[in-house]
Amino acid sequence: MSGEAVERARWYRRRMPIFWWLGKRSYVGFIARELTSLAVAYATVLVLVEVALLDRGAEAHRRFVALLGRPPVVAWHALLLAVLLFHTLTWLNLAPKAMVVRLGARRVPNGAILAAHYLGWIAASALVLGLLARS
Amino acid sequence: MSEATIVLEIQRYRPESETEPVWERFEVPLRREWMVLDALNYVKERLDGTLSYRWACRMGVCGSCGMTVDGEPVLTCAQRLAGLGAGSTIRVEALRGFPVIRDLVVDIRDFLKKLKRVKPWLVREEERPLESGEHLQTPAQLADYKQYSMCINCLLCYSACPIYRLEPDFVGPAAIALAQRYNLDSRDQGADARMEELSRHEGIWACTFVGECTTVCPKGVDPAGAIQRYKLAAAADWFQSVLLPWTKREKSERRVEAAR
Repeated sequence: MSGEAVERARWYRRRMPIFWWLGKRSYVGFIARELTSLAVAYATVLVLVEVALLDRGAEAHRRFVALLGRPPVVAWHALLLAVLLFHTLTWLNLAPKAMVVRLGARRVPNGAILAAHYLGWIAASALVLGLLARS
Repeated sequence: MSEATIVLEIQRYRPESETEPVWERFEVPLRREWMVLDALNYVKERLDGTLSYRWACRMGVCGSCGMTVDGEPVLTCAQRLAGLGAGSTIRVEALRGFPVIRDLVVDIRDFLKKLKRVKPWLVREEERPLESGEHLQTPAQLADYKQYSMCINCLLCYSACPIYRLEPDFVGPAAIALAQRYNLDSRDQGADARMEELSRHEGIWACTFVGECTTVCPKGVDPAGAIQRYKLAAAADWFQSVLLPWTKREKSERRVEAAR
């Protein structure tokens, strides 16, 4: 081993503890945002399962809807809705950091980018609610 | 009346005698005009001349005195003692995320290697002759990249970034912000070459947008924003190569031609 390699081997390298994120509020917020993406995955799978059951016939779908209507499942999904809202809000709030939008020579302010995202979200939610109300 | 004092707890690491860092306590005067760096200089000059740390300009420009103070990465030349009560304790340790060479001195060669790979200079396909005059730039074009040019390579952003500490191959916030500084410069033509380096997983995609790099930056640079903007640009670049491959080919051929 060269002299430099010997020197380098003696340098101290701190290990990252498994609960490194508990030390700071912003890290906890980050981990919460990342973990709540599991709720997004769950909700997506739930919709896919429902669509697949529709393909199997009205009876299979009816049984699934009945299962979703049971109180423990409703309570679980109410909790999940809160988690999904947290994920959505924290995600949308990051949008202005990632986007630089120009209108001609002027840069669109961050507030306007944020507002556009929220309006898009509200419009999409209204569309889904409208479809549900008609069915 | 005796002068008020505070306790400075410093993490020492002397590789010839220690296998891991140990804390040492020093009593230093509490002077309202002092920064943490002044307190360290007091220890070095009056109490223990073997204490090792880096510093130079004392005015937040050189970026060499970054350390972890009470758990936060800061420039010690800009961290005031004012506000502390007599008898308070502050803890100073080396910047986290880097190998410690001795006491408060860390090895930053990993960063320097990565910085070089992103070509932090003006890349031109063809140099203009001097007699054609300067490259003119409008105030708006200057404003596009100016905030990123304020980076002083102090590495507080690397220290605050958990991804860099978990994935040491990650190029990291300052290097990507500096790549963006040149990409956004109207005189530069090296964005494609930098994209090759940064569109790999260890480049922009390793970043999961913790955002602490931006929070701790002492110069108001926004590396987290730079990385997210880069992701959008990389995605657009990929779509262009799939949907309009001939435009990418022409660009690449022009670059090869210019390099001859």
